[in-house]
Amino acid sequence: MNMLIYLIPIALFMGGMGLCAFLWSLKSGQYDDLEGAAWRVLADDEAATSGRPGDGGQP
Amino acid sequence: MTCCTMDVDSTLALGGQAPSAEEIALSSHAVGDGLRQIDLSVPDVHCGGCITAIEASLARLPFVQGARVNLTARRVSCVYAESVDGRISDPTAIFEAIAKTGYRAHLSVAAPLQSDRLRNQLLLAVGVSGFAAANIMLLSVSIWSGADAATRDMFHWISAMIAAPALVYAGRFFFASAWSALKRGRTNMDVPISLAVTLSYAVSLWETMHHGEHAWFDASVSLLFFLLIGRTLDHVMREKAREAINGLARITPRGALVLSPDGTTRYVPVEEIAIGDRIAVAAGERIPVDATIATGASEVDLSIVTGESSPVSVTEGDTVSSGAMNLTGSLVIRATKTAKNSLLAEIIALMEAAEGGRARYRRIADRAAALYSPVVHLLALVTFLAWGIFGGDWKQAMLIAVAVLIITCPCALGLAVPVVQVVAAGELFRKGIMVKDGSALERLAEIDTVAFDKTGTLTIGRPRLVEATQEGNAVAIAAGMAAHSRHPLSVALVRGAAVAPRRFDAVTEVPGGGLEVSAEEGLYRLGSAAFACGGDLSADTRDAAYSEAILSRNGQQLARFRFEDMLRPGAADAVAQLAASGVESVMLSGDRKAVVDRTAAGLGIRHAFAALTPKGKVEACANLGAGGHRVLMVGDGINDAPALAAAHVSMAPASASDIGRQAADLVFFHDRLDAVPQALRVARRAGRLIRQNFVLAIGYNILAVPVAIAGYATPLIAAVAMSTSSIIVVLNALRLNTPGKAPGRPAVPMAMEARPS
Repeated sequence: MNMLIYLIPIALFMGGMGLCAFLWSLKSGQYDDLEGAAWRVLADDEAATSGRPGDGGQP
Repeated sequence: MTCCTMDVDSTLALGGQAPSAEEIALSSHAVGDGLRQIDLSVPDVHCGGCITAIEASLARLPFVQGARVNLTARRVSCVYAESVDGRISDPTAIFEAIAKTGYRAHLSVAAPLQSDRLRNQLLLAVGVSGFAAANIMLLSVSIWSGADAATRDMFHWISAMIAAPALVYAGRFFFASAWSALKRGRTNMDVPISLAVTLSYAVSLWETMHHGEHAWFDASVSLLFFLLIGRTLDHVMREKAREAINGLARITPRGALVLSPDGTTRYVPVEEIAIGDRIAVAAGERIPVDATIATGASEVDLSIVTGESSPVSVTEGDTVSSGAMNLTGSLVIRATKTAKNSLLAEIIALMEAAEGGRARYRRIADRAAALYSPVVHLLALVTFLAWGIFGGDWKQAMLIAVAVLIITCPCALGLAVPVVQVVAAGELFRKGIMVKDGSALERLAEIDTVAFDKTGTLTIGRPRLVEATQEGNAVAIAAGMAAHSRHPLSVALVRGAAVAPRRFDAVTEVPGGGLEVSAEEGLYRLGSAAFACGGDLSADTRDAAYSEAILSRNGQQLARFRFEDMLRPGAADAVAQLAASGVESVMLSGDRKAVVDRTAAGLGIRHAFAALTPKGKVEACANLGAGGHRVLMVGDGINDAPALAAAHVSMAPASASDIGRQAADLVFFHDRLDAVPQALRVARRAGRLIRQNFVLAIGYNILAVPVAIAGYATPLIAAVAMSTSSIIVVLNALRLNTPGKAPGRPAVPMAMEARPS
């Protein structure tokens, strides 16, 4: 039973990491344009333009 | 020239009406460092190629710092510098660059932050409750599989600690909604949900403190998790529809060119126009506020304002109402009302007065909850008292009563409606029909009468050449002249002419009259009979069902062209389909009787009302409602907006006026009127599935409740029963998609391609 002392915190910690990753992805606007993201994977790098207006640029 | 109307999009396309630099500046916002951001909506983007084409073309502009296409919202946000190397940059170049790549762009309303924030909050709540539910379930499985004594207690305590913040954070949507319902003395689905969640948590905590065997932490948290998924989907669906609708071109102007007494001009926002201001309105622009004409003569298209399908000639001293399109000549007008008091404001007041029926409508889920929650709560109370009195053990009575509450908690019931509506809205979205909220689908399923507006709804609001009486090469001459004009009849003539147009160089447009050109053979005139032949023949064409134009040489009539407003494709089909499904069609139009009767006869509509004012339309809707009918109003104009608000449910085409689109519950993007019967079919199927889901959810309760009342329900049984019933309800909702699995690509771009440009 002693191993529970490690295992439960580890399980919670890993779950918490997943939650944090989700929160971060939500905050950084990764769910704003799901369709576009699917297409951008296929775009050539040189053709893609830089700059991300809309990133926190909203008032 | 005499007659006709013009659809807004074709006007925009024809005139290349890119907004002026001032209008762009008005709708952009500063983001610091001398940079401005502008949001444009580009309704035609649909793939990765579009993204790169637009982004690359914008990146080539020297003053553009960055551009990003959002494919989901069909929007481009572009950041540009106000000035580069001391030169003020010209934001109209952004529109030109996009137009060159072959896409239409228009200024869009600034991204609605509030609802984006709500979506993020809901997603966060889903994430948090999902995390909590998974971890607690993990601990619960260990308990169910035999952990006991100190280990069980420890697992219960950890669960309690995980559950508490999750319930507060993720449950606040339900608690707030339940509280506001209770405050008004009503109940909704959220009342039993909130009660079950909080009570089960409290009892479980108490049990944990007393080393009890059963705790319900997993049930209360996973309940929230399931329900939040439903709520988030519902929100995202409405969001998607709203974004699509907001992306359409704004029809009312944002500002106007005001002439100062000292001769300078400045561009001011519509709201700042004062009474007495002199405003310049070029051909192809809309009248910003109610006004009288100071100088100039022209024809104005009132189709979107009154439903009147023929342009009206106006000259000095005449009044023009806001929203009318100036067709042929430049005008200087003097404002007689401010934007706040213009026609639009009157219409909004009418709409607010008319909106009674819809506000009174109670959603199916709320009506079910009003019956369901008293029964459930009474049942729990009776169980508690019965176990207490007959068993004598009040603690156990409390546990069993809570078990009853948890088992009956409307998890499946809470999912039964939103999931069906989300699936139905998704199905309609693919067909190019946007649903603004779920209750619209419920109301749509109940209708038995459809009231159609004529101009712009049953007809497409664009004339078509139906008849040409002519000799020799008159058509070629007329088409050659018409090619120089943007008047709707000219456009129809060029499109309808089967021969190659003759080329002319110097065609002049006479405002209020027609076109004129002098060739070697003589002076050609194309326009109204009075203008072309010099006689006073205008009186008898006023009431005709057709519009006509006459070509003359030196005052001698050469040819006569007749035009008719084009029926929206599929209109007759739609009326027939509606009749087949037991729905009667009527027509409410602001247009002249002769035109209305002809259209009604052609479509097989028996009841047609002509020359109705906006108020008349509302009254017609109210009369139908008083006669026990549930009315679907389909309309597009400003004059339809009050009726759209008054009807049981309403629908508008994407080309409708801004206010018409705002008032409508559903907006369809296709040109075809089939959208109406299609939407009705989906709504009715959704209604059937919702009722089936209710039966399934209640049937599950009838099976499970006796087990709980008898005291045999354990957290394990509750978890299994709840998840299976939820899954069954969701699977049943997904059946909506199966019959109509048409091979289809996304409907929206298709609709856009179908538009002439």
